[in-house]
Amino acid sequence: MKIAVCVKQVPAKDAPLHIAPDGTWIRETDISFEMNEPDSYALEEALRLKEKHGGEVVAVSLGPERAKQTLKEALAKGADRGLHIADEEFYRLDPLTAARALARALEPERCDLVLTGLQSEDHGFGQTGVLLAELLGLPHATIIMSIEVQNETLRLKRELEAGWFQWLELPLPAVLTIQSGINKVRYATLKGIMAAKKKEIRTLLRTELLPSFELTQKLERIYVPQKTKKTEFLQGPPKEVAAKLLEKLKHEARVLGSS
Amino acid sequence: MRILLIAEQRQGKWNKASLETLAAAQQLAAETGGRLVAALLGQGLRALAEELAGYQLDEVLLVEHELLEPYTADGFTAALRQLIEQETPELVLLPHTYQVRDFAPKLAAALGRGLVADCIGYRYETGRIVLVRQMFQGRTAADVTFAGAPPWLATLQSGAFRSDQLARGSRPAPVREVHVKLELEQIRVRPGELFREAKQAVDLTQAPVIVAVGRGIKEKENIALAEKLARLLGGELAASRPICDEGWLPMERQIGSSGQTVAPKLYIALGISGAIQHVVGMKGSRTIVAINKDPNAPIFEIADYGIVGDLFEIVPALNEALEQSASS
Ligand SMILES: Cc1cc2nc3c(=O)[nH]c(=O)nc-3n(C[C@H](O)[C@H](O)[C@H](O)COP(=O)(O)OP(=O)(O)OC[C@H]3O[C@@H](n4cnc5c(N)ncnc54)[C@H](O)[C@@H]3O)c2cc1C
Repeated sequence: MKIAVCVKQVPAKDAPLHIAPDGTWIRETDISFEMNEPDSYALEEALRLKEKHGGEVVAVSLGPERAKQTLKEALAKGADRGLHIADEEFYRLDPLTAARALARALEPERCDLVLTGLQSEDHGFGQTGVLLAELLGLPHATIIMSIEVQNETLRLKRELEAGWFQWLELPLPAVLTIQSGINKVRYATLKGIMAAKKKEIRTLLRTELLPSFELTQKLERIYVPQKTKKTEFLQGPPKEVAAKLLEKLKHEARVLGSS
Repeated sequence: MRILLIAEQRQGKWNKASLETLAAAQQLAAETGGRLVAALLGQGLRALAEELAGYQLDEVLLVEHELLEPYTADGFTAALRQLIEQETPELVLLPHTYQVRDFAPKLAAALGRGLVADCIGYRYETGRIVLVRQMFQGRTAADVTFAGAPPWLATLQSGAFRSDQLARGSRPAPVREVHVKLELEQIRVRPGELFREAKQAVDLTQAPVIVAVGRGIKEKENIALAEKLARLLGGELAASRPICDEGWLPMERQIGSSGQTVAPKLYIALGISGAIQHVVGMKGSRTIVAINKDPNAPIFEIADYGIVGDLFEIVPALNEALEQSASS
């Protein structure tokens, strides 16, 4: 089974975010980046499917030069090769345009299965996998929590709201978007990291894959959200702040018994 | 502006985000001086369509076909594409539900148009709509506009608009049946049964006090700290999703869109960033306390009391103070 998995590099969860002067992206200097969390679950799922059914895992990332680091991580964990769609201004692309570039790169690969995370932690569009399915002419399913392959059919567990799930069946080839928590993600081993050095990362230029495009939506500006509720911040050393909080909860909010 | 709202139902019941989106659509129609049409897709939905027609809108479109029940992305996309091409709305509004996430991008790609997903608000300024959505997991907001020709598609986040502001019409709007062509071969997905998994041994909805832990708790062993606080306050322990994904607490204790929705007297969030999928499950709580080391964590947007600091210093101090007041 040939599996492509789309992985995006995003700012690390605890990276301090500062808005860049042009107001449509963040300052990238001095922050660290990591693999988008849902994508790391998608990668893990791809590796497990390969281990069970044989085949090849191709990791694909659209992004600037730094995104190669995330591809290297995927190779170190066990992906066979990497495909980097280079675009320094990737953050200007709308979801449809980004998906078109990915689809152009994936078409010649003729994969049996394409996996993506269900959404990214930066833009959070939550559209890429489903857009890809339509652009590649493949069936899809989203927010998947378990995958079984039987012959040419996928048996899937799809997450729904409020603790509900649904079973689905889908013919291969197909596109799936993966939910965090579907599996336990592995760490790269030293051996894996060494082996990754010999694996190929091919770079394709977004400007060559998709020389011209028309945006369907425009990000005007990003900003720190305005607070709508007035939070009362309590300050002081731990002991003091704990006493203040209990006092407030008893006598102001009246949600604790005043014993 | 000609607005088309796609309402969502399952087994004859509204998804309540549909009604919130309808409320937003009513506002937008009033502000833009537009026509508001709502569409309902499925099978055997006449009564629900009549109910929808009671709200203030210009028309209800009832799209029934045996291949639209149960829902599939293939069926809904094909039907909605025909509907949109026939009715030529400029703006298509949908609730940001699991089902919509499953088909709306496909529909947008099929139409070659833009979809602005998961919007929390909008502004109508100088003849154009500016949509507001979250980025970086709620740590920043973004203003987004549509580019290119209509129809434009947008989905609205659950809880962003209020369905209690829905206006009823002075008389029922007309319900029009719309026929779409669908073939069985078009439907590639085979949907199966719906089921629940979590065994409901605890009922968090009844707890007066909830102490919830997030990824800031770092290790499974540290949960004992929060458990003690919950016990001292006579409350229950709960968690954000990553904690349950790790298996540190059972899924029945997960708060949020894919878990429980609670509204206790007191909700204490320890090391929880406040992602929207968590917040929708607890923002109805009477008093919310957030303890987080990041002063910009979105949880502080909804907290009544905030403590910026290390939970490993503050929670032990709280536990100690509570133990002292219990013994004195
Ligand atoms: C379709 C979908 C459904 C989802 N459903 C749910 C759901 O039902 N429930 C849910 O919770 N999530 C859900 N999520 C996930 C959600 O988007 C977030 O990823 C998740 O809520 C984050 O959990 P967290 O706040 O614990 O972790 P993080 O976002 O990683 O936040 C950890 C926080 O801890 C703080 N912290 C770290 N160390 C300390 C310390 N020592 N002291 C104090 N603070 C500290 C950090 O500053 C940070 O703010 C869903 C996501 C999707 C896409």
